Amino acid sequence: MKHWSWVAALALLPGLACAQKTAADSIAEYRALLADGNPAELFEAKGEDLWKAKRGPKNASLERCDLGQGAGVVKGAFVRLPRWFADTQRVQDLESRLLTCMSTLQGLDAEAIAKTPFGKGEQANMEALVAWISAESRGQRMQLPQAHAAEQRMYELGKRAFFFRGGPMDFSCASCHGEDGKRIRLQDLPNLTKNPGDGVGFAAWPAYRVSSGELWGMQRRLNDCYRQQRFPYPGYASEVTIALAVYMGVNAKGAESIAPAIKR
Amino acid sequence: MADPMRIRAQAAGDKATVRVLMAHEMESGQRKDAAGKTIPAWYINEVSAALNGKVVLTAEWGPSVSKNPFLQFVIKGAKAGDKVQVSWTDNKGDKRSDEATVS
Repeated sequence: MKHWSWVAALALLPGLACAQKTAADSIAEYRALLADGNPAELFEAKGEDLWKAKRGPKNASLERCDLGQGAGVVKGAFVRLPRWFADTQRVQDLESRLLTCMSTLQGLDAEAIAKTPFGKGEQANMEALVAWISAESRGQRMQLPQAHAAEQRMYELGKRAFFFRGGPMDFSCASCHGEDGKRIRLQDLPNLTKNPGDGVGFAAWPAYRVSSGELWGMQRRLNDCYRQQRFPYPGYASEVTIALAVYMGVNAKGAESIAPAIKR
Repeated sequence: MADPMRIRAQAAGDKATVRVLMAHEMESGQRKDAAGKTIPAWYINEVSAALNGKVVLTAEWGPSVSKNPFLQFVIKGAKAGDKVQVSWTDNKGDKRSDEATVS
């Protein structure tokens, strides 16, 4: 008889497994709990003050900075970046555009800021600025322009970088983010070759990371992806990082931006 | 001077829910820097909240509270228009006090 009760118990197991919460459910619950008190708000408040503060050798604010929607227009700018800028003759993402504004308007040294480690000095200010600027477009849908030839070129370049395999582990971005249902440890990974959904992937960064208490912009996010692949670090605001942002951003067309989001 | 807190206070019935975000490093004193030297402890150790000047909450905090802490509590009898003040002191003696209006 003992033998039979074992069989019955085994037959029940798959049913039990289905009734249990998945790891993804638990992580979603955890995020929802934290979202109410997202410390990204602290960075947003700092960023708004920084935007209006007169700083740098030219003692000027960033209020005349053109993020693509006209001088000083912040609302809606984030969901339309990266884009082509005629004055610099480049496709720029939010952070490289801010570097341009900080150097032309405020007289700060863009090259020195690009070389500053994340979270230090002007890079800490950059984090606050991207938190506030992205928050001003919260709830809007990703709509990166693709009309200019340079923007189309950057999309193709980003696609090649995304699928480029290399490094000691023969990794590419696509190794983890190229199909549905992949995960790293217990974290579900978005498929970035298409629109992964509202507030997922490209539409969730910048974000506050609870584990380190830091706010990460897209540049830092990409920098860490390269570290995880054991690739050399890409330069801050370099062409390849902007190309990848164009690729992910255009793919995410129509996804609702929840940035700055909260992450584990 | 520390960065300002973010305080939201929302009345519902005869109670108000207060949500506070504080900007603070909350360094535990257990971590080491890149050179292997211990990073000195630096954390909020006293928190208090007042409704229209009357203290309604005091708390003693320690190094186990997270960086940029979030605090939520409910005040009985608070109405829209009331003032909520929150203040903290850290172990270096730095202080910060901010005020919000219940909505």
